[in-house]
Amino acid sequence: MFGLTALELARIQFGFTISFHIIFPAITIGLASYLVVLEGLWLWKRDEVYRDLYHFWLKVFAINFAMGVVSGLVMAYQFGTNWSYFSAFAGSITGPLLTYEVLTAFFLEAGFLGVMLFGWNKVGPGLHWFATIMVAGGTIISTFWILASNSWMQTPQGFEIIDGRVVPVDWLKVIFNPSFPFRLAHMTVAAYLATALFVGASGAWHLLRRDDTRATRTMLSMAMWMIAIVAPIQIAIGDAHGLNTLKHQPAKIAAVEGHWENKPGESVPLILFGWPDMEAETTRYAIEIPELGSLILTHEWGGTIPGLKEFAPEDRPNSTIVFWTFRIMVGLGFLMLFLGLISLWLRYRNQLYQSKPFLRFALAMGPSGLIAILAGWYTTEIGRQPWVVYGIMRTKDAVSDHSVLAMSATLGLFIVMYFAVFGTGVSYMLKLVAKGPDTFVDTREQGQTERAARPLSAAPDDIDPAPDRTGD
Amino acid sequence: MGIDLPLIWAIIIAFGLMMYVIMDGFDLGIGIIFPFIPDRTDRDTMVNTVAPVWDGNETWLAMGGAGLLAAFPLAYSVVLSALYLPAVLMLAGLIWRGVAFEFRFKSDEAHKPFWDKAFAWGSYIATISQGMILGSFINGFEVVDGAYRGGALDWISPFSLFTGVALVVAYALLGCTWLIMKTEGPLQQEMRKLAKPGVLALLVMIGIVSIWTPLAHPAVAARWFSLPNMFYFAPVPVLVIAVTWAMLRLLKGEPHASPFLLTLLLLFLGYSGLAISLWPNIIPPSISIWDAAAPPQSMGFTLVGALFIIPFILAYTAWSYYVFRGKVRAGEGYH
Ligand code: HDD
Ligand code: HEM
Ligand code: HEM
Repeated sequence: MFGLTALELARIQFGFTISFHIIFPAITIGLASYLVVLEGLWLWKRDEVYRDLYHFWLKVFAINFAMGVVSGLVMAYQFGTNWSYFSAFAGSITGPLLTYEVLTAFFLEAGFLGVMLFGWNKVGPGLHWFATIMVAGGTIISTFWILASNSWMQTPQGFEIIDGRVVPVDWLKVIFNPSFPFRLAHMTVAAYLATALFVGASGAWHLLRRDDTRATRTMLSMAMWMIAIVAPIQIAIGDAHGLNTLKHQPAKIAAVEGHWENKPGESVPLILFGWPDMEAETTRYAIEIPELGSLILTHEWGGTIPGLKEFAPEDRPNSTIVFWTFRIMVGLGFLMLFLGLISLWLRYRNQLYQSKPFLRFALAMGPSGLIAILAGWYTTEIGRQPWVVYGIMRTKDAVSDHSVLAMSATLGLFIVMYFAVFGTGVSYMLKLVAKGPDTFVDTREQGQTERAARPLSAAPDDIDPAPDRTGD
Repeated sequence: MGIDLPLIWAIIIAFGLMMYVIMDGFDLGIGIIFPFIPDRTDRDTMVNTVAPVWDGNETWLAMGGAGLLAAFPLAYSVVLSALYLPAVLMLAGLIWRGVAFEFRFKSDEAHKPFWDKAFAWGSYIATISQGMILGSFINGFEVVDGAYRGGALDWISPFSLFTGVALVVAYALLGCTWLIMKTEGPLQQEMRKLAKPGVLALLVMIGIVSIWTPLAHPAVAARWFSLPNMFYFAPVPVLVIAVTWAMLRLLKGEPHASPFLLTLLLLFLGYSGLAISLWPNIIPPSISIWDAAAPPQSMGFTLVGALFIIPFILAYTAWSYYVFRGKVRAGEGYH
């Protein structure tokens, strides 16, 4: 297909499916914790606004979760279907980590999800909150294991290679490999940020439409607190993460910076924008700030980092792509910081809910967290190439022997299906958000155990009722 | 020798897969019965009986995949690359089916029928793919130097097509008897009527597979039809017939939970029959669980967690089923 090899098709297929997948977990992780907070506040303060918000976001959560599960199932099998040599070689490490993820995280989420979604009247308030906490805990545990696995592939340690396959020697070293703490912190915070930006944008949208209720205000306010606190933390973590990467994957950082070589006696400039050209081995049209690169990357005047030319051409990641994905992520990170700062200022001036330009900015930033997450992952994963296990196994040796025809057919199937299914799902989510929080009819308070007649779905309402139906 | 890790892991994975077949079996079965129940309220009730648990059911499939990768990476890599296309088809089916759970309540009236169809079609595609995967697994794979060397379409054979259909029947019966247990009134009556041809059809399917497999694979024939094995294994077919007979008798009355339990027993028997035929191979026809095993460090590390955590999983899963116990009534949530 389009002259692509089976290897390229396999990579595109994996990238495509994981890109769709990661969007849903990011929101799942953030929303689950947000729901814990909302339900906790409701139990503590007995203020209906928290209960109404809980039930509102629970519906969105349900749709999102379903999409996370089905897209994740594809991932669990793709290692074997697309990367069979990798699985045979390194399954002895990634397999146990994935198994622990299933055992400690997925079952926990799934086991308590039913009660969380449908059990409001079936179990006591405390137990229901416990179920919510378990689901949220599951998402964090899941992040832990999958990132341990990914980080091990980035910075492998704690193993030997015996008879052509990886044999784990020290599991603590395998799990707590050098890049893991940074990646875990960076990704968890990224999920919280992305969710806060989404929730904040929903609040802003309703306020802009003069749908000014306590619920929409609370939504916006909580989200803005989160962003104001967490965006600077994320930048600090990202900074530390980059430093760690420089130590363990210098070729990646050189590619991210578009830095080809060190000129004698010169320090590394920070290239703000430019076009790294892999053929010509130079970064064209570079706009640079002298010294700053050295300062940021080594924290010394005149410090140097390895340039791309120090690596053999076949060991270089594609600088053109990661240069830009990295800048998109960092640029969005600073915009988030800016959003958080303005929110603090407006809050101080008592104008948080009134300032139209601010609300529009918050609305526009809605998808930015997810875009930054994707950009970050592209930087990480494309920057790791040409290795699948860094320095140990090349991607081209990992791929299964499928024909171009088989790969094209399945890729086509995935693309069509993902856009149709997940596109529809996302549109349902957005429609639900647009409807806004309702007052939840709580039968729990009256000691009733039966629920009003309604179909059993976590989000039962038709979000898009046919025109001929009168509203209920 | 110390503990036989590959053996323990083979048992855990077989257990996980059986949990999957049983649990996702009844909710896929509901999708399979969907086309026969046109009424929207009935369909809502049917979906409501599984809504709180289907995700947990599907997690056993993730467990099967992950456990296989951890304990038998070679089997994971060979079997999945050999079964690439049916695996993708199965996943595609599960995607449509999984989102339809949520979407069919959320779409506008014009699109509800679409998501109902997606629910049914997704269930059929997933089930047939699983059945064909099973069939081609029994048929075995061409392996050279630890890699699959057969063709991309080797999984399509008369036998695998047959097992595809057989699994549809099995899941349909599971779904049908599950509904007898979880519903009441006309829907339950209808299911009781459907169960009788269902169980007979399943008996025929099991019978044909039991004859076809030894005919096609001399090793399987030798396993079953040599002495003294014949005596050890004889209870399997005898019990299958006894269970079917009990079920047909029960269906003359007004059973609730018993047909479902008997169907579980029936599937368990079929499953053990397969295990007897294939043992001890994890990549049929010739790579055994010991040949394909991961290093002991991997198996041991994972085993500690599995033995410790699985009881908890079973406990809270059971609790969740307990919370949502009892009949689901038409147009209503739970009681
Ligand atoms: C940072 C977090 C993160 C990352 C990088 C990934 N996932 Fe994921 N995954 C989750 C976080 C998550 C989650 C939040 O835990 C989900 C979302 C919805 C859910 O049920 O769990 C999930 C769902 C999910 C499921 C369905 C679980 C179920 O049946 O309930 C599977 C099998 C996977 N994932 C597997 C993968 C694989 C093989 C990945 C990498 C290649 C991957 N995920 C990347
Ligand atoms: C005073 C505290 C620090 C501040 C305010 C700071 C600021 C920043 C900022 C704003 C970025 C993103 C810049 C960009 O690439 O556009 C960044 C990235 C980075 N920083 Fe820092 N930094 C600090 C400390 C450190 C330290 C102590 C180190 C390591 C010795 C370091 C190494 C790096 C690295 C490796 C990156 C990766 C991004 C890149 O390649 O440009 N930073 N830092
Ligand atoms: C603003 C300052 C930021 C800096 C300096 C920074 C730095 C980095 C670096 C250096 C990497 C690559 C690590 C590697 O490949 O080894 C990375 C990856 C990543 N970034 Fe950022 N980041 C920043 C902001 C953000 C924001 C705002 C988000 C999302 C909301 C985000 C999400 C991610 C994700 C998901 C990854 C891939 C996973 C990982 O390797 O951790 N980053 N980031």
